[in-house]
Amino acid sequence: MSGYNFAYLDEQTKRMIRRAILKALAIPGYQVPFASREMPMPYGWGTGGVQVSAAVLTPEDRFKVIDQGADDTTNAVSIRRFFERTAGIATTTATRDATVIQTRHRIPEEPLREGQILVYQVPIPEPLRFLEPRESETRKMHSLAEYGLMHVKLYEDISRHGHIATTYAYPVKVEERYVMDPSPIPKFDNPKLSDCAAIQLFGAGREQRIYALPPYTTVASLDFDDHPFDPSRADHPCGLCGSVETYLDEVIMDDAGGRMFVCSDTDHCETRQNAGYRGKDAG
Amino acid sequence: MRTENLSGGFTDPSVQSAHAFRAVMEAMARPGTIHDIAGAEPPAPLSRAAGAVLLTLCDTETPVHLAGATDCDAVRTWLAFHTGAPLSGPSHCMLAVGEWGALAPLSSYPVGTSEYPDRSATLIVECAELAASGATLRGPGIRETARLSLPDTEAFRTNRAHFPLGLDFIFTSGSQLAALPRTTEVS
Ligand SMILES: [Zn+2]
Repeated sequence: MSGYNFAYLDEQTKRMIRRAILKALAIPGYQVPFASREMPMPYGWGTGGVQVSAAVLTPEDRFKVIDQGADDTTNAVSIRRFFERTAGIATTTATRDATVIQTRHRIPEEPLREGQILVYQVPIPEPLRFLEPRESETRKMHSLAEYGLMHVKLYEDISRHGHIATTYAYPVKVEERYVMDPSPIPKFDNPKLSDCAAIQLFGAGREQRIYALPPYTTVASLDFDDHPFDPSRADHPCGLCGSVETYLDEVIMDDAGGRMFVCSDTDHCETRQNAGYRGKDAG
Repeated sequence: MRTENLSGGFTDPSVQSAHAFRAVMEAMARPGTIHDIAGAEPPAPLSRAAGAVLLTLCDTETPVHLAGATDCDAVRTWLAFHTGAPLSGPSHCMLAVGEWGALAPLSSYPVGTSEYPDRSATLIVECAELAASGATLRGPGIRETARLSLPDTEAFRTNRAHFPLGLDFIFTSGSQLAALPRTTEVS
């Protein structure tokens, strides 16, 4: 590890990120600006999440990285190796053994506990961006809690499709104050954001924003009285572990176009299979 | 400048500040919980906990207000040597440190603006002791309720009423700390 700063970033940068994290925890759902640094990986690889992880990790941590539920994608493996090399920390794929989990696009199925930290990689932190491209305007809308446009957009979905069509990055309201982008997790995961025992931190590198949810924070998915929020789930059990409660990916099994539905959270699915649960496609 | 003021910093800054930050973050994320924090040996009257918080969060970009007895040569020299933080009055500080009475009035500190509520001061309040008793706390970070020995209740209620603007507090005593963000309801 000699020749590196612990967890790559220099101390001054970590201090700046740490100060931003504390203010983010004090104002849940509000996006704190920070001076994002160049990281030795492309922006699409979660440089915001990596910087937040670098600011919170200690040598005693056990670190897990998931990419769309899986621990073994190129992105997840390279981020895990990056911290093994620069922070000398232990890594794991088991959700229950991890103290810090960096994620792209999923919340683990297993309920998180006190003492754990979930770090989200965020591409676009501003939930109002697609309605209003000007930062000065979205900042004003947040300051006035003026979220009518967002409701209009969701209601247009209902008139057009009969339901709210947004399935990823479904906007939430935090403690009845700030509207927040939960990062591109499936809306199936939205209920897990609320009243979570772990600390949730969100880092957007290119857009230079950090925001946070302290444990046991109330997070409500935006909806309407006559169209309540529906987390929705594919109507199948997992082909490998038989779970009827998890978020599923549809995978192609063979050249003949055979398909099966399997848990997107590979650690959760393997843990269930090891405990003896079997789905109809399990060998 | 006396050399004793140059000791008492982190001996392994990267790792000690990582540990110290986790204690501060856990405290701020879970109002009312009390955490150990180590690594700093600041000059009197600063507690070890207050010293560690300053070393972890301060640098040349963070104006610090030293209130009351903390505004002494020994502390000024120690803080300048280890952090380079400029000193300021309460109205322009990012962090302030001192006993509760010396930090008053709270209306002197920046509470942020409606567009940038994060541009607000964090007050490090030196306390005789910290205990999980006294005021009842509710809000984000707290499952149902928590208890914490606080130097006041009305001041924190007033602070809460201005959310999302407001001050955030870190309470230090010996080698322990707790915190109270602006979201916490105190009764
Ligand atoms: Zn499964």
